Amino acid sequence: MTKIAVTVNGAVHEAEVEPRTLLVYFLREQLGMKGTNVGCDTTSCGACTVLIDGESVKSCTVLAVQADGSEVTTVEGLADGDELHVVQQAFHEQHALQCGYCTPGFVMATVSLLKENPNPTEDEIRHGLEGNLCRCTGYHNIVRAVQAAARAGT
Amino acid sequence: VRFVGDIVAIVLSDGRASGVDAAELVMVDYDPLPVVVNPADAAKDEVLLYPELGTNVAGRSGSPEHDENLFDGCDVVVSGTNISQRMAPSPLEPRSAAAEVGADGRVTAWLSTQTPHQDRMVLAGVLGLDPADVRVIAPDVGGGFGAKMLSVEELLIVWLARKVGKPVRWTETRSESMVALSHGRAQHQSYTIGGTRDGKVLAYRLEALQDCGAYPVLGAFLPNLTGLMASGVYAIPRIEFAGRSVVTNTTPISAFRGAGRPEATQAIERALDAFAAELELDPIEVRRTNLIPKDAFPHTTVTHAAYDSGDYEGALDLALHAAGLEELRDEQRRRREEGGAKQLGIGVSCYVEITNGIDETEFGEVEITQDGGAIVRTGSFSHGQGHETTFAMIAAERLGLPVEQVTVVKGDTDDVARGTGTYGSKSTQIGGMAARLAADEVVERAKQLVADYFEASVADISLDLALGRFRVVDAPEPSLSWPELAARAAADGRLGELKMAHDFKSSPTFPFGAHVAVVEVDTETGQVELLRLVAVDDAGTLINPLIAEGQVHGGVATGVSQALYEQVVYDDDGTPLTSTFVGYAFPSSADLPLWEVVEMETPTPVNPLGAKGIGESGTIGATPAVHSAVLDALAPQGVRHIDLPANGENVWRAIQEAKS
Repeated sequence: MTKIAVTVNGAVHEAEVEPRTLLVYFLREQLGMKGTNVGCDTTSCGACTVLIDGESVKSCTVLAVQADGSEVTTVEGLADGDELHVVQQAFHEQHALQCGYCTPGFVMATVSLLKENPNPTEDEIRHGLEGNLCRCTGYHNIVRAVQAAARAGT
Repeated sequence: VRFVGDIVAIVLSDGRASGVDAAELVMVDYDPLPVVVNPADAAKDEVLLYPELGTNVAGRSGSPEHDENLFDGCDVVVSGTNISQRMAPSPLEPRSAAAEVGADGRVTAWLSTQTPHQDRMVLAGVLGLDPADVRVIAPDVGGGFGAKMLSVEELLIVWLARKVGKPVRWTETRSESMVALSHGRAQHQSYTIGGTRDGKVLAYRLEALQDCGAYPVLGAFLPNLTGLMASGVYAIPRIEFAGRSVVTNTTPISAFRGAGRPEATQAIERALDAFAAELELDPIEVRRTNLIPKDAFPHTTVTHAAYDSGDYEGALDLALHAAGLEELRDEQRRRREEGGAKQLGIGVSCYVEITNGIDETEFGEVEITQDGGAIVRTGSFSHGQGHETTFAMIAAERLGLPVEQVTVVKGDTDDVARGTGTYGSKSTQIGGMAARLAADEVVERAKQLVADYFEASVADISLDLALGRFRVVDAPEPSLSWPELAARAAADGRLGELKMAHDFKSSPTFPFGAHVAVVEVDTETGQVELLRLVAVDDAGTLINPLIAEGQVHGGVATGVSQALYEQVVYDDDGTPLTSTFVGYAFPSSADLPLWEVVEMETPTPVNPLGAKGIGESGTIGATPAVHSAVLDALAPQGVRHIDLPANGENVWRAIQEAKS
């Protein structure tokens, strides 16, 4: 077991983890933060996307020990009390989710995308989010939501 | 073991990592047996999956008899084949289940399912329990697309929880899900179509060979739906359908977004294109010639489908207008004359499908709460379809309540008395109707209460729907709002009267539409880019257009993906080659365009809402439109056939074949 200290959504968590523990399972099973989902195990679907020190990563491909000393932001850390983050609000308003399973990953990837490129074109959005998969929406309203979030300013 | 994905052992552990370690210790010594992967080979009955049965044929539908005179009087007869390739439904959430036996001996199962109430009955039946002792909870479910109904794995989890006397849970990995969760489509089709020189279809024969995988579950039944819908939107006087389902050493086939109906549309649309090509007629005009006219409804096809309502030519016109057909054809002509590598293709499909196909009944219950709001309990289920909103809107409108005051409850067999769940695009037309009729009955009960309180005749009590207020006819006062009535009834111990249940049964409805696809095909590399997809999907009266449009978007994406990307592939030994999202061509946002959805509403007379199903329409219309567009782009190259998916490889091969 290895001792790590990870700041998740502003709170420091010290824990003992097996070195092989993936960050996503550390978040879900050790910290009980179930907002981050697992959809594929092969870094294909992006449902597990979180931010490490502001950069989006797929947490099924990061070991918990690699996050030692880092600041991790999950979907639970976006809203300010009852007030949704501008990206969450845009997904809600644009009907950009149906079953919602991919949504936390898309929201986190969008936060990261808009940080790098605050005014992306449709093409930049589509390529910027191609590491995230959705089976329900056909991506149409997700693209619309990212555009709306960009307009609203993040 | 009959396929990769069959269960060979179960390992219980107290943690994920230790479970994975323990599972690696299971060594299975396999003796290889001959396998059969392709349904055409399976139909030869040389390698038998169930030797004791002497055949791989698990089901037949339609008639195996050939009418020798079927094509009599036809000037032109064309034959061809089409494979509706095997797809993986791929809900983003893999299956997950948990089970626990309570101190009272009752079993609670948490399932990622579309059908909690049906699962409860199956669990009770298989495990020999009283259904009252089984509670199924379907929490938020991450997509289903037809594949998430009770399976052996979930049965085993519940059985194990009883066996070991401890809570048991299980979540499959994606690679497990890709081989063990049922697949869809996998139908091999041969068609023959004949008619007059001016494009009138007189006769159509469709033979469907359905691969149903290693165990004949729903897949064995699907050709029945294909046969029922074989005529599509066309008035065809003579149709012959023969379906056979065969077992193979592959993942079992079950429902997947469309389930038997996309196959029917793909076949007739291909056949019609082939017929038009042979006659050198415009495929759009040939469609027009054969469409069932608007004034012919209700219309029963020769395959015994009783279409309720439709305006097929209206849908086609709307789609062509939105697409700008003339401009597209000008652009196509320009590119053909320039002779560059990137050619334009325009494809059109017309379709009709069947929803609530087996005359099902759904449960709805409406209860007024003490604060004057309402609870709607539905036996339908929502795993992304938004029934929480749609059903609340339906009940709110009948009750005269703000939609925010209506809460929809579903997915827990202890909370909802009975139900069938969600599949086959049937929810709104039966579940929504049940909620509506239960709400109407609650209003009648409420009027009785108000009449008692006002010492008036119930016939004189009216509900002002805009204000949600009961009055004695013609008098502004006295009046009671829902909260006032509920509070008073609660104080009198009569609130329970404001709770009514309704079971609504209905015959099927037949949504329809027309899609136009525009593709750019690189004639040197075979690369296809979908530029536009215009979708007219008429599902009758829409309750919530935003949600309905979302269903079309997702449906269209899946239909396009069958046309261009996805295919489950096995090698000759039955080893799956597409068992992760790395190998399986699940499209991303970069692979698809914005969808151009055009609304059209032709109400059904089958239910008072006028609503048909919308969940699968987009899928059904999109595949043949895109397939047709790719073939259209390559028509000058002499390409008449491309296997789906029309990806770079298959298109390139078709181009090479046409050259040789």
